[in-house]
Amino acid sequence: MSPSFWLYLIASLAGVTCALSGIYLVLRRQAMLADAISHSILPGLVAGFWIAHGPNLIAGFVGAVAAGLTTTMLVEGLTRTKKIANDSAIGLVFPAMFAIGVIWISLQFSNVHLDTDSVLFGEITLAVFDRFVIGGRDLGPQSVWILLAALVLNIAYLVLFRKELRIATFDADHAWLQGFDSRVIHYSLMVVVTITSVAAFTAIGAILSVALIIVPAVIARLLSNRLVPIILVTLTVGLMSALIGTSTAIAGDLNIPGLVSVFLGVIFGMTLLFSPHQGIIAERAKRARQRMHFAIQSLLIHIHEHENTPEEATESTLEHLSDEFGWSDSWSHSVAHNAEKRGLLSLNQPIIRLTEKGRKEIQPGN
Amino acid sequence: MSWFNDYTLRTVILGTSLLGLFSGALGCIAVLRRQSLVGDTLAHASLPGICLAYLLFRSREALPLMLGAAFAGLIAMGIVSVTQRATKTDPNSALGTVLTIFFGAGAVILGIIQRGHDAGQAGLDKFLFGQAASLVTSQVVAIATIGLISLFVFAMVFKEFKLLAFDPIFAESVGLPVRRTNIILTGLLVGAVVVGLNTVGVILLSAMLVAPGVAARQWTDQLVKMVVLAGLFGCLGGGLGAYLSTVAAEMPTGPVVVLVLVAWVVISLIIGPAKGIAFRAKRRQEATS
Repeated sequence: MSPSFWLYLIASLAGVTCALSGIYLVLRRQAMLADAISHSILPGLVAGFWIAHGPNLIAGFVGAVAAGLTTTMLVEGLTRTKKIANDSAIGLVFPAMFAIGVIWISLQFSNVHLDTDSVLFGEITLAVFDRFVIGGRDLGPQSVWILLAALVLNIAYLVLFRKELRIATFDADHAWLQGFDSRVIHYSLMVVVTITSVAAFTAIGAILSVALIIVPAVIARLLSNRLVPIILVTLTVGLMSALIGTSTAIAGDLNIPGLVSVFLGVIFGMTLLFSPHQGIIAERAKRARQRMHFAIQSLLIHIHEHENTPEEATESTLEHLSDEFGWSDSWSHSVAHNAEKRGLLSLNQPIIRLTEKGRKEIQPGN
Repeated sequence: MSWFNDYTLRTVILGTSLLGLFSGALGCIAVLRRQSLVGDTLAHASLPGICLAYLLFRSREALPLMLGAAFAGLIAMGIVSVTQRATKTDPNSALGTVLTIFFGAGAVILGIIQRGHDAGQAGLDKFLFGQAASLVTSQVVAIATIGLISLFVFAMVFKEFKLLAFDPIFAESVGLPVRRTNIILTGLLVGAVVVGLNTVGVILLSAMLVAPGVAARQWTDQLVKMVVLAGLFGCLGGGLGAYLSTVAAEMPTGPVVVLVLVAWVVISLIIGPAKGIAFRAKRRQEATS
């Protein structure tokens, strides 16, 4: 099979796996923990390699997962002292972990090529050539198998713990009353996210794995409030951006992980603007509708109050509205014409008159 | 005192101390407003700005790159703020989304620059991962300039900041220009980040901002004292870290500075009088006896 086939396979597997592990992380409002974990696994990798006397895959994996868990526990512990806010704790712990990793590398492995650039940016093109060979048989790139294992783990976790995840996320008090400790879910979720980051980052780098963990779930959250649609949108966005980003990057000879993030950004931007659920445009339109509705109500009440009074000739004219409400002339016009279009009043005479429908509109209880 | 006569070493220690001073004092904004991860987001988001500034000016001078970083940082925070205001997205999600997207875009531009193989780009990524050990005088001057301007502005809006940090609802009700003050405070954080990028790099930056403030908080309950202490801790930690990394051991400067500051946070947590663990234990003992 050609290298580009494996490239697409690695990218899509990473996209789907990371996206899946991010769903509950985003729902639990802990997205930045993914960023923290992805950086703080560095000393774990180094420790693993140090114990195994070389870049041993399993040792590195175990070390990285241990480092991810350590980070989670340190953040929890610091927050629980009540002397440090949670965000400060995160902002302190992961740079400290990363710093230990960098110093350790400079002391132990100054002759080995383990630079922080490739940790951050990833080397997906090299991942293709890291083959998994058993008994002389080439079974494809190692990354494919690692990511497949992580994908199976994610699916199993979401299925087996679906009830606990849901209770702990959406109703922590209820969970507590039932004698269920939400911390179990917190730590197990962190283990899954850590394993996913480690599996993904050898192939696609720390930053893209964080992007694929956070952004698809955030996009899905903008589009729906229900769990099943959120899962489906998350998976689709993860897969699509991985595939489109990879193919565009190959065509233009650009950085693959970077371009996948850019595509995630494009989808995020469009969702932010156009989401019918809580997008900016939908929100603006809703606010404009409410503003118009309120203005029409005020106008109708004003006309009704002066109906058949001596002041009606001056009060109930279009020109007077700017004095009465402080409206601009154009806004007065558009409010009055809008109300006329809805059949609430008539503008045919110099004095504005309510229609039957307009009178009903402002009746109490309507 | 041979190290004092060593020009390079003196520059590095001076630059790192100044950086610690500025980012420590300004970092109090982030610590008190629960925005500690904003620094991390700003640092990552500056990458496309730095790369574009390089493409535009074709220079590795500190100032244009810093301007590019600041520009990208401000746009990133604008998107974060729009996202949070328009939708129900929580702060962590908004920050994480913007951080990774901007950094990805930066990686693409960096790739294009590196493909160009022109000699000038060598070391551009150093700007990103920190290069404290190779600080030169012009960079120290840039750090001092931006830092002093930021501190001056901080002093001007200090009263508003105090209100916003402790009682935002009251601040709004007495007619404080909340939105404008927010923008200025975010601008100050951008200033601190841009200055720090040069020295400790993207990832370690959040610790430079947060650690001095968190440590200072353990020693005092007063805002002015906290900011002054944070500046002092940052300055001393920066200087000590730089000294240790170059003189005592051959280690990368940025990480050593971060570990020195984090160690001081841990010490402050235990012995700090304001909220310290040791102090509380002593008081409990006195109360029971």
